[in-house]
Amino acid sequence: MNRKEPLIRLAKRDDLGTMNAWIIRIVSIFAALILFAGLIVSVGYNPVSVYVAMIGGALGSPLNIQQTIKIMIPLLGASLAIAPAFKMKFWNIGVEGQITVGGICATYFALTFQNSWPSGVLLPVMCLAAAIGGGLWGMLPAVFRAKWGTNETLFTLMLNYIAIGVVKYLQGGPWEKVPKGTQMIERFAQTARMPNVWGVTAGGFIVLALVIFMYCYLRFTKQGYQIAVVGESEATARYAGINVGRVIVRTMFVSGAIAGLVGFIVVSGINYTLSDSVAGGVGFTGITVAWLAQLNPIGMVFISMLLAVLTKGASTINTLTHNALPESMSDMLTGLILFCMLASEFFIRYRMIFRTRQKEAAK
Amino acid sequence: MTFFVNFFVAAVLMGTTLMYGTLGEILTEKAGNMNLGVEGLIYMGGSSGLIAAFLYERALGAGAVPGVSVALAFIAAFLAAALGSLLYAFLTITLRTNQNVTGLALTIFGVGYGEFFGEYFRGVGGGRLQISEAAGAIYSKPLLPAFLRDIPVVGKLLFSYNFMIYLCVAIAFVMAWYFARTRSGMSLRAVGEDPATADAAGINVTRYKYLATCLGGGICGLGGLYFTMVSGGGNWSTGAMDGKGWLAVALVIFALWRPLRAVWGSIVFGALMIMYMRVTQFHIPTEIYKILPYVVTVIVLISISIRQKRENQPPASLGVAYFREER
Amino acid sequence: MEKETAIRLEGITKRFGDVVANRSVSLEVYRGEILSLLGENGSGKTTLMNMISGIYFPDQGHIFVGEKEVLIRSPKDAIDLGIGMIHQHFKLVDVLTAAENIVLGLREKGKFDKKAVAARVQAISEKYGFSIDPQKKVYDMSVSEKQTVEIIKVLYRGADILILDEPTAVLTPQETEKLFAVLRAMRDDGKAIIIITHKLQEVLELSDRVSVLRKGEYIGTVSTAEATAQSLTDMMVGQATVLNIERPEPVNPQKRLSVAGLTVVDGNGVRKLSNVSFDVYGGEILGIAGISGCGQKELLESIAGLQNVQTGSIIYHTDEGSEELVGKSAMAIREKGIRLSFVPEDRLGMGLVANMDMAGNMMLRSFKRGRFGLSDRKSPEVLAEQVKDDLEVVTPSIQTPVRRMSGGNVQKVLVGREIAAEPKILMTAYAVRGLDINTSYTIYHLLNQQKEKGVAVIYVGEDLDVLLELCDRILVLCGGQVSGILNGRSATREQVGLMMTKVGGAS
Repeated sequence: MNRKEPLIRLAKRDDLGTMNAWIIRIVSIFAALILFAGLIVSVGYNPVSVYVAMIGGALGSPLNIQQTIKIMIPLLGASLAIAPAFKMKFWNIGVEGQITVGGICATYFALTFQNSWPSGVLLPVMCLAAAIGGGLWGMLPAVFRAKWGTNETLFTLMLNYIAIGVVKYLQGGPWEKVPKGTQMIERFAQTARMPNVWGVTAGGFIVLALVIFMYCYLRFTKQGYQIAVVGESEATARYAGINVGRVIVRTMFVSGAIAGLVGFIVVSGINYTLSDSVAGGVGFTGITVAWLAQLNPIGMVFISMLLAVLTKGASTINTLTHNALPESMSDMLTGLILFCMLASEFFIRYRMIFRTRQKEAAK
Repeated sequence: MTFFVNFFVAAVLMGTTLMYGTLGEILTEKAGNMNLGVEGLIYMGGSSGLIAAFLYERALGAGAVPGVSVALAFIAAFLAAALGSLLYAFLTITLRTNQNVTGLALTIFGVGYGEFFGEYFRGVGGGRLQISEAAGAIYSKPLLPAFLRDIPVVGKLLFSYNFMIYLCVAIAFVMAWYFARTRSGMSLRAVGEDPATADAAGINVTRYKYLATCLGGGICGLGGLYFTMVSGGGNWSTGAMDGKGWLAVALVIFALWRPLRAVWGSIVFGALMIMYMRVTQFHIPTEIYKILPYVVTVIVLISISIRQKRENQPPASLGVAYFREER
Repeated sequence: MEKETAIRLEGITKRFGDVVANRSVSLEVYRGEILSLLGENGSGKTTLMNMISGIYFPDQGHIFVGEKEVLIRSPKDAIDLGIGMIHQHFKLVDVLTAAENIVLGLREKGKFDKKAVAARVQAISEKYGFSIDPQKKVYDMSVSEKQTVEIIKVLYRGADILILDEPTAVLTPQETEKLFAVLRAMRDDGKAIIIITHKLQEVLELSDRVSVLRKGEYIGTVSTAEATAQSLTDMMVGQATVLNIERPEPVNPQKRLSVAGLTVVDGNGVRKLSNVSFDVYGGEILGIAGISGCGQKELLESIAGLQNVQTGSIIYHTDEGSEELVGKSAMAIREKGIRLSFVPEDRLGMGLVANMDMAGNMMLRSFKRGRFGLSDRKSPEVLAEQVKDDLEVVTPSIQTPVRRMSGGNVQKVLVGREIAAEPKILMTAYAVRGLDINTSYTIYHLLNQQKEKGVAVIYVGEDLDVLLELCDRILVLCGGQVSGILNGRSATREQVGLMMTKVGGAS
């Protein structure tokens, strides 16, 4: 037999150091930008000026920055919601639905009491209702997973569309505004709207607080420790006296509740109404954000900011080119960046061993 | 009776996009890869197929041959989605990234790709991205001869469809036969159930995973082509395909990973999707019909996990990367 | 008799990170013989065989099949060379039938012909004396049936070099006899058979020659006819079996734990423990002996509150009173203030969290401490430093994930944590498995220290010599029943060995 040993073999790498790892990640983002530049050239534009215009569109003026932050808030919130679940290796891809249910609960109170309750009562109630609603919606698949091992990825995925379907029903049915036929819900009265601070919803501060909360929750609390142990090994968790089922259910309540809060922020602070696109895909994009940030809330701030800049920038480009470069280019670019960053994780985790034995074998 | 026949035919027409997507995803999942990028693949296939036909017809003008246009659309739809899956396969199989996250990234990318090029070429076409009537007729024309179609009831129920529907059903039968009767199909199932065992038995796990994922992705892409060409009448409209891929993922569970169940499952889902237009007498809000497929899927998912019947479980290694020297 | 080489290894080395699993191992097997590959757990037997069967690729060294040098890069290469391995954990696809598993991965031309496969399976079965239903699904099979499928699978592929990894570990004595008969029939048919084992008695009964590995290194090969249990043990452990483990006299033993009528039935309805009763005293080491799978794991886990118990009681005694443990969860036991420490068999998969550092692992016991829902992260760090210093744990820092430590250091972290909890009862399962001699002695010493402090120590072990030198009393389990309780100072190997295979031991 004259065959050689495999050309490349893999081995797990010892720690690369946080610094080096982030350098690789940033390089991968640039790789994606370069790949995308090829596409821009092929449709007849200068990539440099497109990128410059994008950044200008996203960060060029206070108004632009405000709009970029508006995009960033739900995305960051969604990725925070994902963190505890994914830390537990519970693949909650139902954040989209949990945000939606949070939005529904908040909207229920808004529509019912906006003319009778003062803001100071109504807003906290909406907030609480959204958190509880989202939490319970997230708990549902966790209960089945804990008791019967029901596949949570597929279960949470299905629940998204059920929640969104309910909103579609509400906005075309009982909650539809008069005159009927618009398939839209009335915009909230002032009492049900969160105030703005510096042109951005106060909900932004809730999300910032959640960043700190989640960072501390995962790092310093007993529950955070239990989540980490369950995620690493359920057998060890049981050995240590941790009630695995209870941790799964409780953590998914936390995860869903944060998503629910995001729903509240969107309906009460950004859109001032509920629609079927209340989550608008951030539940999915948020998963990739959380994952790429290594489930580290501080990292999520930066990655969600990057994606928000791209999204806002792309819509500016679309306006500037009079629709010749459609807005959806941001999705493509986001996808490319995600691919490149995902690929970069491999080089952070593994070391490649190239064939070295050739000469020895030839002897 | 006529009502039922018409309803059934409409359900089949509606469900075929799902059938393609589901069959493609079944093939992928049987190899242990859960590709949540179906939504993106359907977009990539649908837009690429339409654009290929559009560019061909635009280049040749009146000289374009409708058959060639159809063939090019097929190749483009299949290839675009297969390449998208290849990217997913490379990331998850070779680079061992998390399958859920990578699949979602593919959906984000694929939807962006579809919408971007769809919009872009609609701009190029002066506000319309559309294929010629002659080519469109090939897609919508019934495949079988008139004497079959003229058989009362049965003719309409079974023999009145266009070629893409029969093609899809044929794929389902071939897949069912492949899984149950061929050595290679058995190997593929082994890869999805227990890659370490398959590896020890001398099966090239990586190759099976790549092939199943790319081929499966290509089939999903044909679902997108079906949607733009048949459901969409060969005309691009923004956001029209929204959610079809996720329904296909649901249908995979409903079908318990079996191709033939996917055939009638897609008709059931298709029926649920159009029921609101046809069954109005119950006074059930239309949107409730639309969430029924998902509700039914959740019930199926729960019941298979409680009953634990071995034949009905998802492929055992679904979602898990395989690394031989893991220790 | 003319000897024809079947497979020969030269200077094979394999590392996993910093751990050397095999160091420059050479080995030769002839056709028509059964070679035992003998060594303690962790001596690198399975790793070596995995390289022959293509699961791992060696870092250095050469493999020859017949006279030709070969490179085995995948299991497929191995199969093509006529090498078949029957793994300890069966590599069968549960949802496929016996016949489907047997032909899995074969690249024969043509359609999958169920009848032809069944006929060939039948022929192989008759030739060597198996019985199997080709259409039975694997998930419906007993362990022994699954093993049969595995063996037929490699024979079907035309293997003439067969490797069996601890094939008898999961079999009843009757099934073992049947297996041996089959293996002899295959040897007489000219096949080369390698059997990995650490059971001396089987080695002597079955094999023609014995090769011994110790700590990843090749020690030597002897003909079974010239070997005795003593000589093989010497080769395996590298020194005379007199281990000179210290054994202080128990001082003022106090009854600490009484187990009475304990019965455990597992999820599949298999009775794992039946009517087990015994007492444990403070200030003594109680050894538990038994072949693997005879209920040791279930016994310890029942005491630790990790196992559903059908009937029986486990009572914990202190000067203040007694407490029933049955029906309490692990957390409830701990919250009752019962000082119970447990060093489980699966260190990284159960006793520790592989991806966490030492401090994080110390927290497994103490995470409930701390105010306002915050867990106390400071004292585990202090404890980690202390364990590192006291037990001389070799690690770059206490921030290094424990999975990157060597086996001995991992065990020191685990034992160190459990001892630091100042237990009244300390249970250990296979505490020295895979450890080097020095670390093993460190562990014995630690256990003795605990004993002298008045702790009731339960030591589940597999090495009889250690049990006989370390323990004050030895409880022998056989098939989930108490076979007998012996005085550690007067019991003999033979006594314990007999009781392990037969309840009561009298033949």
